[in-house]
Parts: sequence; C-alpha cells; structure tokens
Amino acid sequence: MTTVSLTVNGQSVTADVDPRTLLVQFLRDNLRLTGTHVGCDTSQCGACVVHLNGHAVKSCTVLAVQADSSVVTTIEGIAEGGELHPMQAAFREHHGLQCGYCTPGMIMSAIDIVNRKGHALDEQTIRAELEGNLCRCTGYHNIVKAVAAGAQGMAQSLLRQAAE
Amino acid sequence: MTATGIGAPVRRKEDQRFVTGQGRYVDDFNRPGQAYAYFLRSPHAHAIIRSIDTGPAMIMPGVIAVFTGDDLAADKIGGLICGWMIHSKDGSPMKAGPHPALAQGKVRYVGDHVAVVIAETLAQAKDAAEAIVVDYDVLPAVVDPAQATKASAQVHDVSPDNTVFNWHLGNKDEAEAAFARAKHITTIDLVNNRLVPNPIEPRAAVGEYDPGTDNYTLYTTSQNPHVARLVLSAFIGVAPEHKLRVIAPDVGGGFGSKIFIYAEETVCVWAAKKVKRPVKWTSDRTEAFLSDAHGRDHVTHAEMATDENGRIIGLRVHTVANLGAYLSTFSSSVPTYLYAPLLSGQYDIPAIYCEVDAVYTNTAPVDAYRGAGRPEATYVLERLVEKTARELGQDPAEFRRKNYITQFPHATPVIMTYDTGDYAASLDKALELADYKNFQQRKQESARRGKLRGIGFSSYIEACGIAPSQAVGSLGAGVGLWESAEVRVNPTGSVEVLTGSHSHGQGHETTFAQLVSDRLGIPIDQVSIVHGDTDKVQFGMGTYGSRSGAVGMSAIAKALDKVIAKGKKVAAHVLEASEGDIEFKDGRFGVAGTDRSMAFGEIALQAYIAHKFSGQDLEPGLKEGAFYDPTNFTFPAGVHICEVEIDPDTGVTKIERWTAVDDFGVIINPMIVEGQVHGGIAQGVGQALLEGAVYDQSGQLITASFNDYCMPRAIDLPSFQVGMTVTPCPSNPLGIKGCGEAGAIAAPPAVINAITDALGHEDIAMPATPQAVWRAAQKARMPMAAE
Repeated sequence: MTTVSLTVNGQSVTADVDPRTLLVQFLRDNLRLTGTHVGCDTSQCGACVVHLNGHAVKSCTVLAVQADSSVVTTIEGIAEGGELHPMQAAFREHHGLQCGYCTPGMIMSAIDIVNRKGHALDEQTIRAELEGNLCRCTGYHNIVKAVAAGAQGMAQSLLRQAAE
Repeated sequence: MTATGIGAPVRRKEDQRFVTGQGRYVDDFNRPGQAYAYFLRSPHAHAIIRSIDTGPAMIMPGVIAVFTGDDLAADKIGGLICGWMIHSKDGSPMKAGPHPALAQGKVRYVGDHVAVVIAETLAQAKDAAEAIVVDYDVLPAVVDPAQATKASAQVHDVSPDNTVFNWHLGNKDEAEAAFARAKHITTIDLVNNRLVPNPIEPRAAVGEYDPGTDNYTLYTTSQNPHVARLVLSAFIGVAPEHKLRVIAPDVGGGFGSKIFIYAEETVCVWAAKKVKRPVKWTSDRTEAFLSDAHGRDHVTHAEMATDENGRIIGLRVHTVANLGAYLSTFSSSVPTYLYAPLLSGQYDIPAIYCEVDAVYTNTAPVDAYRGAGRPEATYVLERLVEKTARELGQDPAEFRRKNYITQFPHATPVIMTYDTGDYAASLDKALELADYKNFQQRKQESARRGKLRGIGFSSYIEACGIAPSQAVGSLGAGVGLWESAEVRVNPTGSVEVLTGSHSHGQGHETTFAQLVSDRLGIPIDQVSIVHGDTDKVQFGMGTYGSRSGAVGMSAIAKALDKVIAKGKKVAAHVLEASEGDIEFKDGRFGVAGTDRSMAFGEIALQAYIAHKFSGQDLEPGLKEGAFYDPTNFTFPAGVHICEVEIDPDTGVTKIERWTAVDDFGVIINPMIVEGQVHGGIAQGVGQALLEGAVYDQSGQLITASFNDYCMPRAIDLPSFQVGMTVTPCPSNPLGIKGCGEAGAIAAPPAVINAITDALGHEDIAMPATPQAVWRAAQKARMPMAAE
C-alpha cells in the first residue's frame, strides 16, 4: 500500500491505497464521490473527466499516486454556496443532458474548454473540443448550445466578481 | 397552457441531481459486506468445454467462491428465456436452444459466460479468473448470417441447419400478381449493419440476500424492473416473486439493451445467497461490447413493383436475420412483428409479402436496439422508394407524395391499421425548411469546388405505444403490454405518482408531473414521480417501444380521472351539494352556479380527516390506481431530409443540413421531444456513417472497444433543424404517439439516399465510412479503375 495526500474539492485527504488504484477509483470508492463516472476502459468516453491542478484529465488514466500533492476538483466541487456553476446551469437550461451519465465529465470538459479557449466559442470550436467526450443520448445538439451559453455565463460571473 | 402544463418546455426536475453529480446509478450503490463478481468469458466462438478446474482459483487471495454452470444446475436455476413465440410458415414453433446463465458443456460466442469468481475485491476476482483452467475442444464457428444454414458449425442441437424460424407475413399470391402486371420493377440488396447499443453507463448489478426474512434484493440497470423480477422468479427460478425486490435506480441510457434479462444479474442474486454476502458486478466496456445484446444485422433482398402511372403496386422482401448464439428476451419479435408490419410505410401499397429466415450464429445475441425492426423496415422501404423514383426519373419527394396514404383509418396488407396522419403536411414543411427548391443551386456550387452534393429523403412510419395486449398475445407475446399507474394524494395535497414506466434519460419526472399539474391544477413541485422499484410500484411493463407517453401517461390520466371523481364525492359532502353539481376546474372543486368552492388540497385533507362524511358510505382517503391497455399501436410518422457534401478525394461525408419534421401527436414537453429526436438522429447517422460490429471469420469481435467501434462524436454531427406537425392520436386519451425512436428509424436511409444521390450510383453500404465512400466515388469517376 502507498500513502497519498491530496486536496479534493477544497478538502485535504490522505489515504493508503493499492499502488495500481486509479484516480477515478480513489474518488469513487475511497471518497464516495460517485459523480465521476466510468464509461469505458480505453480513455475514450470522458465520463470520468475531473480537474487536476486546474486542467481537465481523464481520471481513469491517472493513478491515484500520480495525484499525490495535487489539487483535484470533481463535479461535486464546482457549485458554490448552493448556487450552480454557470456551466451546470447552462446544461440544465438548454437540456444538454438526458440520462445524465456522461454529464459530469461533459461539464468538467466544457469548463476546461472555456478556460483554454475563452468565452466566445463558436459551434465548430465546441464540437472539435468535445472530441474526448461521448454522449449517446443527446446527439450533442443541445450540449453544444449549453457549452456556448455556459461560456457566456462564466464570463458574466467573472464580471460580477470583479464588480464586487 | 400554463407554464408547467401540457405543451410547456418545462426544464427538467431531475437535472439538479445530474448536473451536480448526485445521480444514483447502480454502480454508485455499495452494500455492507459487499463482494465482487467477475465473469470468466469464453475466448472461443464455439467450443466444447471438456473440463473446468476451479481449484487453482479457489486458493487465490481474497477468493470467496467460484461457480460454474454445474452449480446453477444443482440449484435448479433455469436458463434465460425468450418471451415471444414465433411460428414458422409450416406452423412449427421456433427452435429455441438452451440458454444457461453459465455455460453447460459448450460455449457459443466469444464472451459467453463460463464461470464466475466472487472475491473480496474486483482485482482479486479478476486475478483468480485467470487461474481457472478450462479445457476447450474448439469447434468451427459460423458468423455470417447469409451462410448460416449451409455452415458446418451447428450452434444448437435443436436446429441442425441453424434456423430459428422461417416466418412470413402478407399475401404471396397477391404480391406475385402485382409483380406480374408491373410496368417497372426495382430490386435492391441491402445489409443492415450490426450495431452495439452502447449506453454510456455499462450494465451493472448488485444482488443481496437477507437470511432473516428470506428476502432478495437486486439493484440492476434495467428499463423494466418488474419484468426482470417476473422472469427471474417465474422462469429462471432464482427467488419467489414476492420475495424478490428489483430496484432500477438512475439508469444511464438503455436504447433497448437494458430491457433484457441477462446472465450477470441472474448470477448476482443467486450467488448472494450462496456466499451470504451482497455481490456486485459492473461491466467494463469490452464486456459490454461482447455480451450486451446487439442490434440489427439483416441481409435483405427486396423488390418493388410500380404501374404505368408510377404508383407502387407491390412489395416483396426476403430477409435473413441474425439472432446470434442464443435467443435473447424479445429477440424473436424484432425481425418479425416489429419489422414486416412496417413495410407499407406511409404508402398505399395493395400487395406486400415478406419472408424472414432467422438464424443462429456464433455471435452475441441480437435483440431490440432503438427502433427495433422498424429501422430495418424503413431502410428497406425508403431505399427502394428512392431508387424506384430515380429509375422512373421522378422527383423523390413527389414520387412519395403520389403514393402516400391519405384516407384514415387505413388497413395495410401487413396487419396494421393506421389511425391517423397527414404525411403530405410533414413533407411540405420539410421541403420548405430544407430549402429544397434551391438544392440544385447548392449542388452546382459544391461541384465548382470539386465536391459532390446529394440530398436524401426518408418518409418513415413507426408503430409505437406498444401495445394492445390482446393483439400482441395473438402474435405470440408472452406478456401483455399495458401500463399501470397509482396516484397517491397526501393530506397536504401533494401527490406521488407511482408508474410502471422507467426513465433512463427520457425525463419522466418532469413530463409525468406536467400532466398531473395540468390535470389537478397544482404546482409541479407538489408532484413526485416514483418508478423503478418493485417494492413501491406494484407492477409495470417498463419503458421501450416509445410507449411511456402513449401508454404510461395514459394510465396516469386514467388514475387522475378516478382521483377527481372521488374528490367530487368528498366535495359534495363538504360543500353540502349533490355530487352531480360539483365541478372540478383550475384546481378547485366548486358547486355549479355558486361561488362556493374549495382547492384540490383542501378536499384532499377533507378526504383524509373524514369528518364531513360517513366512512362507511364513502371510504376515507384519496388514492387511485389504473391499468391502461391501449386500443391500437400509435403511428408517429414524418419526413427527414439529409443533405451531404462528399469530398471525392478523401471520401469524407459532411452532413450539411438535417431537416426533421415529425408528427408525434400531442406533445407534453417540446424541449424533451426535440431532444429525443436529436438523439435518435445521432444514432441513425452513427449507423449510416460510422458504426458497425465486426466479427472475423473465427468469431472474434474485432470492434470490442471505443477505439475500434466508431461512436458518433460532436464533430461528426450537424445541428438539426426540427419541426413538428400534429395530428392527435385517436387511440389514447392524451393524443400522444411517441417520439423516442423516430430519429433512429428515419435517419439511416436519409443519409444513404443522400450519399447515393451525390455519387450518382447505388453501390454503397452502411457504414459509409470515408474509405467506402472514397472507393465508391472513384468508381463513379472511373467505372473501370475501381474494379
């Protein structure tokens, strides 16, 4: 067993894990953060996307020990003070989800896209950047709309914060 | 229309938990003392099992038990069943081979279940499975359905030539007469490619046994938990029905693949009692590819007869349907009664004859996948219609219009009676939205850039709202296909609705609550929808075949009528009026012609305190149930138009425009309905352009991961233009037709008709990958060079 210490959704956690434990297993089984999902075993589907030190990663492809001393944010950690993150709100408003299984990974990827590409996202950019996330329900139509709207929502949220 | 009533695009109630990661799927459930199951699967497509030595696995770290088919047999656990009896033309019943949950003496496809290891951790179970020694005597395998009856491999003893049934529908003599007098005959040979459903949540099961009460619990990824309980108890014999609780919590997509009762959940429930621990199994993606029921896989020859006026006068279809190595739960119904009755499409075709030869092969079982039989029928018919129009030199839209059914009800030669529709209205709207009149201009513009532009139509119909129990019973179904509902009104006036439908993405918690809010005049947040637990909901048939609106909500409507009727009786006592003078309107019970009235919630309280009436004459309480059995199938129909641009140098097909105009009857929530259309189109486009399950000659599935099986991604699809027309369905009280499968049914022929239009020849099969399209484009350029 190996000891890992990291910060997950703002809280420090330390645990002894089998060295082969994946980050997604650590989140789901050790911390019971079951919002992060597993949809494949080849790093294709993106249901497991979380943020590791501020960047989107597929947590099925990161060992828990690799995340030692890191800061991890999951879908459970992005709403603040009972208020949905603008990207979460946009997915709900634009019906960007049906069964909800790919949704946490989609939202975490979408936030990362905005962080990398800015708030004014055209359809083609969003579609290309969603390459690593599979959805079987929505045909992506409303996900694309939700990501564009969520990006705008994140911009407004930044403006509000700056004004306060 | 109120802000949350019928017709309003209400934002979904369930989304709060899904967007915050608080959804609860089966793999999120962990029971105290839980152990983990891992299945050893056959690496061979076809082999005799000479022996299984579990000894080396038993002594591995963490191993609790290892079981094989012999252990299930010793406990008299029955095999998995197929619940729809099909008879061959000669009257003989279909040849159903045994389907044990763990193999007994023989494996029949790669992924077949050989043994199960139960261990303290999943990693330990996997390690131990590798230590099981199986002595196989490998047999020749058959994988190609077209060759199945001639193969040396024999999948089941019961069927020496691998035939399951030779079935037919329609009138052969009338069809022959039509072809004899035809002015023109169009023929086509098609393969409907084999697909893997691939909901993003893999299947999972947790079995649990309580020795104190002798009760079993199964958490499972099911679209129909009550049917699962019925099959597991009455047929497989794992536990008595009243002792087995089946819970299907949040389920991450199904598309048909989670209707069926599989080996894994059977073994988890049974093993939980054997090892006296909860037993959990979660599929990985490769297991899902290997062992989830696949879809489609037809080989078809068809011909269409037209007369001198360009009217379709006859249709003949011969299909070989691959059902895989075993008959899955509803597999036999898919290429028969869910297929051939749709071959009339939207057209007035006086004579139709269809023959289906269903065969076993050494591949995974094939069963219902979104559309289930109807996409296969629509692909045959809409490719033939398009090809016929081209051969006759007619505009494909106008050729369709000329042959549309215009009078209703309309009885087809293939046992369906269409109740209502206006196909020309959908066509007109679609032509306008697709800007069809300027298509040639766009085609020329593409040609100037060296690109090939094509347009393809699909004028589909489907039979949904499955189904009138008496009708399906006469066709061989083992169950009735009604739905149940129970409306429980609380003393505070809030309402719980228990439904036998199951939501795995469809948004029932919202749409069903919209109906209740609309009918009872109470806020939507005063309504809870309860589903997916056999301990809460008494019985139900589940969700598939686009039935939850037309059948499930009709049951709720029927129960709501009873609640209102009871409420009127209570109100009559409280308001001191005769029952006949009580009106219920806008959420209030009132006395006609007076200003005396009470809100729904106030009457609910009065029903429970029962101070104003004798509890002997009128029972206290306010709770009503209903079973709703539909009077007919429903017939959603529409027109989809796909416009593609092909780069002949790369073979890449880009969908430039997608227009869908559908008639789903009355719509409860247009936002959700449009979402269903989008998702269906994406799966249909996936079939047409990207997806295909490929077995090699030895029966190895060489597309068994998302690396190898091409799922549609955002970049592969356009935004869709979705329009609606409405003819209310006369066959249910809400006028609903159903929308869940339309896109998957409509899309494949629209795409291929567009590609063949662009190429100028018909020689392309699904999936039309860039490589296939490139080859076809070269053939179009230089017919000799590509030979």
